[in-house]
Amino acid sequence: MLKVLKNRLEQGHRTSRYPKEQIHLYKRFRGLPKVNSSCRAELVQQCAAACPQDAIMADACRIDLGRCVFCGLCETLSAGEFVTFSQNFEMGTAQRNDLFTSGDLPALADHAQKHFKKLFGRSLQLRQISAAGCNACEADTNVLNTPFFDLSRFGIQFVASPRHADGIHVTGPISENMRAATLETFAAVPSPKVVIASGACAISGGPFHGSEDIVGDLNSIIPVDLYIPGCPPHPLTTLHALLNYFK
Amino acid sequence: MDKLLHIRNGEKVNRAEIPCLPFSQFRQTLLDFAEEGGQVVQFFAYQESDAVKLLAVLRSDRLFVTGCEAPQSFDSLTAVSEKFHMFEREIGEQYGLKAEGHPWLKMVRYHKNYSGTADVFGNDYSQDIPGNYPYFTVEGETVHEVAVGPVHAGIIEPGHFRFQCCGERVFHLEIQLGYQHRGVEKLLQSVPLKRLPIIAETIAGDTTIGHGLCQAQALEALADLQVDDGARVVRTIALELERIANHIGDLGALSLDVAFNPPAAYFGRIRGEYLNLSQILGGSRFGRGLVRPGGVTHVMGEEQRRLLSDKLAELTPEVEHVNELIFGSPSVQARFDNTGTVRRQDAEKIGLVGYAGRASGLAYDARVSFPSECYAELPANRNLKTEGDVCSRATVRREEIMHSTGLINLLLARSQEAKSYTPEELNLAPQSLVVTLNEGWRGEVSHCILTDDQGKIMRYKVKDPSFHNWTGLALALRDEGISDFPLCNKSFNLSYCGFDL
Repeated sequence: MLKVLKNRLEQGHRTSRYPKEQIHLYKRFRGLPKVNSSCRAELVQQCAAACPQDAIMADACRIDLGRCVFCGLCETLSAGEFVTFSQNFEMGTAQRNDLFTSGDLPALADHAQKHFKKLFGRSLQLRQISAAGCNACEADTNVLNTPFFDLSRFGIQFVASPRHADGIHVTGPISENMRAATLETFAAVPSPKVVIASGACAISGGPFHGSEDIVGDLNSIIPVDLYIPGCPPHPLTTLHALLNYFK
Repeated sequence: MDKLLHIRNGEKVNRAEIPCLPFSQFRQTLLDFAEEGGQVVQFFAYQESDAVKLLAVLRSDRLFVTGCEAPQSFDSLTAVSEKFHMFEREIGEQYGLKAEGHPWLKMVRYHKNYSGTADVFGNDYSQDIPGNYPYFTVEGETVHEVAVGPVHAGIIEPGHFRFQCCGERVFHLEIQLGYQHRGVEKLLQSVPLKRLPIIAETIAGDTTIGHGLCQAQALEALADLQVDDGARVVRTIALELERIANHIGDLGALSLDVAFNPPAAYFGRIRGEYLNLSQILGGSRFGRGLVRPGGVTHVMGEEQRRLLSDKLAELTPEVEHVNELIFGSPSVQARFDNTGTVRRQDAEKIGLVGYAGRASGLAYDARVSFPSECYAELPANRNLKTEGDVCSRATVRREEIMHSTGLINLLLARSQEAKSYTPEELNLAPQSLVVTLNEGWRGEVSHCILTDDQGKIMRYKVKDPSFHNWTGLALALRDEGISDFPLCNKSFNLSYCGFDL
């Protein structure tokens, strides 16, 4: 008993005050990229050719955040002249097209569907479907339940049964072996329901794009309402997206 | 021994030097090696022009490789030694070669084979799910069956578990995976080289550094790249941080599974602190984008060194105190002790690796036996509790957390700085083989690359430690209460995606 109390005192209160207070991530963290659209074409081409995800659209001078895995190679190659990654973790969008970015994303709160805010603003229950990713998205979604983030203080919970859920949160590129289970889980959620694609895999196939064993794009089998980019998305990226889209 | 070629971890060899034995001799060589206590690191098939061949990488206290031309069907090695059982199933699934007399030849991941030959298991792959299979059943008046998954109740990966129970007691657990199969090996053999590191880092997200290192070391050997000491220090620290974060998360989850909540909350948060240390090192909580062929993308400067060292000094006593809370609680001990035991002889038969193996008394640690990066100069760990139960697996992790912390502190005290990273064009040596091994947090991770006469990757074989250890979990459940499944499962915490590839 004494040990329990001693540990309790040592641990103290650790829950973050986000979103009331901003959190500043360490400078090496790679968040929303800033793109220099007046960068010389030759350098842009060079970065686009080297990008392992083919996420750079050289002609439009934009980056597809739905494909990008935030490896930072374009920043290194261009020595920051073409791209620099900021520490801004707020990257969720309501439209796939908005993820083709030069560094500005539309404010998510303004683009959220109003009836979702009314229906789920005070209570949101989500069923998580893990569909053939690498388990990093799942791990960094799970941490939202730890005391630092404490997701349930916002009335948001991940629930065990799709029957109890208001929507699905999908990670992974949806393997052919998970296609049926994903569709069945979605069908088991009562309407109206929301669909969240989390991580590069669920948005575009991510690192596995082009594989014949995956679906690769959640939106091609179920219409997606909210996109959360990242590989994996930082827990704060997910938290920001959920709060702004639903609250 | 001319039937086996001695190789070293991460050193390229000319493929012409690899023995190509008649199958009967190949089989006998492998069986003799296993009989003498050796283990299988890799055993797989590959296609070279029109022929399909087999290759085996074996370990005792040294590494060996040998090969043969593959017959379309062959006398199963598993019929003699269990050490080959998963490998033979995989060979059947990937190349349609049938191991005759295999005691339980069933699919591994549920996909069409690469060679276009008839399916060994008689599966119809136009069906969507890997459930097309008659599960092993126990029959009897009091016997019932429990089916779980693929979609589970929490935020976890998909897999199917089939329990044969009598009341609460589990006779048998069958684990059918494959839901996470996304064609990793096929991709690694066919995509441009620039994509390779990204795919390696996502073979198993919680083992980003483990798999990333295996690949980087393999490509470095094939492309003849040198890695400086500073980069080696960063890589070693990154691998140990990955180990600590995962062990801490799992000890918290084990505590939660026996309904002791405070340590679960504390370790849930503290795990995040270690992930944030990885973020300080390389910008990602999972170590993404840090390890690349030739070095590391981020050097460790004085600032990062100080941040890491200060945070470790702050966290280490907290971790010790929470561990004392878990391991000092009689109600926790009562649930951990003698639960989910895998005996040493069984562990050896199925080739258990990592902390699961060490908890069953198999001391093997790739950091000691086949040291890469800085490990040759670092002290080894010794595990004191090796009874094979949940308590042993938990205790081994507790010991490893403190050991890894010690290693990081030793490395932080060194002052080498890595040269800054410049991406290089990779030209791989033709007609070569390289095998890399690293002790990832779960155990032995191994990558093997074969190149053709143009220096193109002809075969890329990946093995996650979970490939061995899922069988251990199934054995741990024999004769256990079904309500102890979450506890046993978490004490192994195996990778679905690392297995499914």
